[in-house]
Amino acid sequence: MIKTAVETVLKKSNLSAHQIDCLFSGDLLNQCISTSFGIRDFEIPFFGVFGACSTFVEGLILGSTFLDSGAGMNVITSTSSHFCSAEKQFRFPLELGNQRPPTAQWTVTGAAATVLSTFGNGPFITHITPGKIVDKGIKDANNMGAAMAPAAVSTILTHLEDTKRKPSYYDAIITGDLGYVGKEILLDLCNEDGFNLSGNYNDCGVLIFDKEEQDTHSGGSGCGCCGSVFSGYFFNKLRKKEIKKILLVATGALMNSTSSQQGESIPGIAHAVSIELDR
Amino acid sequence: MSDFINSIDYMMLLKAFVIGGLLCVFAQILIDKTKLTPARILVLYVTLGCILGGLGIYKYLVDFAGCGATVPLTGFGFNLSKGVAEAIRSDGLMGAFTGGIKACAAGITAAIFFGYIAALVSKPKMKKQ
Amino acid sequence: MKTLDSNKKYQNFVDEKSPNSPILKNCFNAFWVGGLICIIGQLIFDYCIFRGFSKDLAGSVVSISLIFISAFLTALNLFNRIGKFAGAGSLIPITGFANSIISPAMEYKSEGYVMGVGAKMFTVAGPVLVYGICSSVIVGIAYLIFNTQAILLI
Repeated sequence: MIKTAVETVLKKSNLSAHQIDCLFSGDLLNQCISTSFGIRDFEIPFFGVFGACSTFVEGLILGSTFLDSGAGMNVITSTSSHFCSAEKQFRFPLELGNQRPPTAQWTVTGAAATVLSTFGNGPFITHITPGKIVDKGIKDANNMGAAMAPAAVSTILTHLEDTKRKPSYYDAIITGDLGYVGKEILLDLCNEDGFNLSGNYNDCGVLIFDKEEQDTHSGGSGCGCCGSVFSGYFFNKLRKKEIKKILLVATGALMNSTSSQQGESIPGIAHAVSIELDR
Repeated sequence: MSDFINSIDYMMLLKAFVIGGLLCVFAQILIDKTKLTPARILVLYVTLGCILGGLGIYKYLVDFAGCGATVPLTGFGFNLSKGVAEAIRSDGLMGAFTGGIKACAAGITAAIFFGYIAALVSKPKMKKQ
Repeated sequence: MKTLDSNKKYQNFVDEKSPNSPILKNCFNAFWVGGLICIIGQLIFDYCIFRGFSKDLAGSVVSISLIFISAFLTALNLFNRIGKFAGAGSLIPITGFANSIISPAMEYKSEGYVMGVGAKMFTVAGPVLVYGICSSVIVGIAYLIFNTQAILLI
């Protein structure tokens, strides 16, 4: 999937692989192996990144900083996730007859790739807010939304303070994969701090699946969730000028397959970029 | 065949249904209300079946409900304790080591063997949403 | 005082916000599916007795049959749907034990037949065997120590 995404984005931007200065990418699997296999044929200098489900925006942050520093002119950032491999690594065999609790989320099978360039007329990445790890002691790997929400709150509030903007500045504030449960938690926590996000806030995990038709409990998750919903849906809205300013906040749960068993809690992280039509 | 159908004890079927169902309901409550994972609940059931078998209590449930008590995993534990008891009677201390697996040989071997065959002939599929 | 001030406060907040499983529906489904599997087992048992098998042999036939059915359904991608619906109803009978061996066997085929299927078959069911067998050994030793009447009753 990553291979297809990168091939497609190269075609869409009319660039060839050797015009790309470097590639930032990552995924959920151990040692980001699906990324390595997916992009090995492109011969682009590669930086592997791991931010769990926040990898997509982490890539955008690193890529845009790389360009701003003058180190390069064109950069690709990409990410992917697959339901089956995530289940195999983190949870249970596919054929096991277990029940998922209502707070559980469904890993999205999807991939996304972007080309960031010093040329072009926008949309532009105007601000970046890298996230700090926030761990509020949630140990339940079936409730990742709750584990990641505090990190999202921290990053969003830091961003607003840093840019002196109000939530209403943006046409859309979108988190990566907090899901239904995490979304409600985030709204409440932001309200406590005096920030009302209910007018323009939504979550990719909530948007990607249909709650009535698809039995995905608390919504989608995974690197591919934020990546595909932004690249396939919100980016098109930006191009068509239906929205002009978006704050994209990808959230990640920094756990591995054994940390929960060892009784550890789940550290959360959230990275944010503001993407606007004007510089 | 009609001889067999006539010979069925329908009362026993009902008792099996109720007792088996209740054992499952109790586990379901544990799954939904506690943080116990399914694996831990299975371990609890097997161990409980073994201990209650050893204390001579589970036998009564088996007599009462037949497969309603032996099919659930507590029955697996009970089978282990029964096997151990018989082996100790005939072999003394060695029986503690030989009896359990001997009694459950069919179940364990079948699971391993059929599992291997299933792995040979099929692949896991994407879960339906 | 804000919710994020302490981990405990946040945990309580999360517990309130998180939806609970539909426990009545789950228990109802667990009850009748579990009961039904026991009935199937009982019918197989009765048939074996009818044909003159001993009780022990009949019991083994029941185990093997239910395990085979479980394998068949798992291989056809059906058991996981039953499990999602019935929860403990398919987990607690021996079908759950079988499914927990067969599903990783299928899953890890991609890692080879020796280190994949062979080694990882017991990732989910292993604890059941370990604890079951260990407790049987302890029960056995307890018999010897206490020489209880229970030995004669069983």
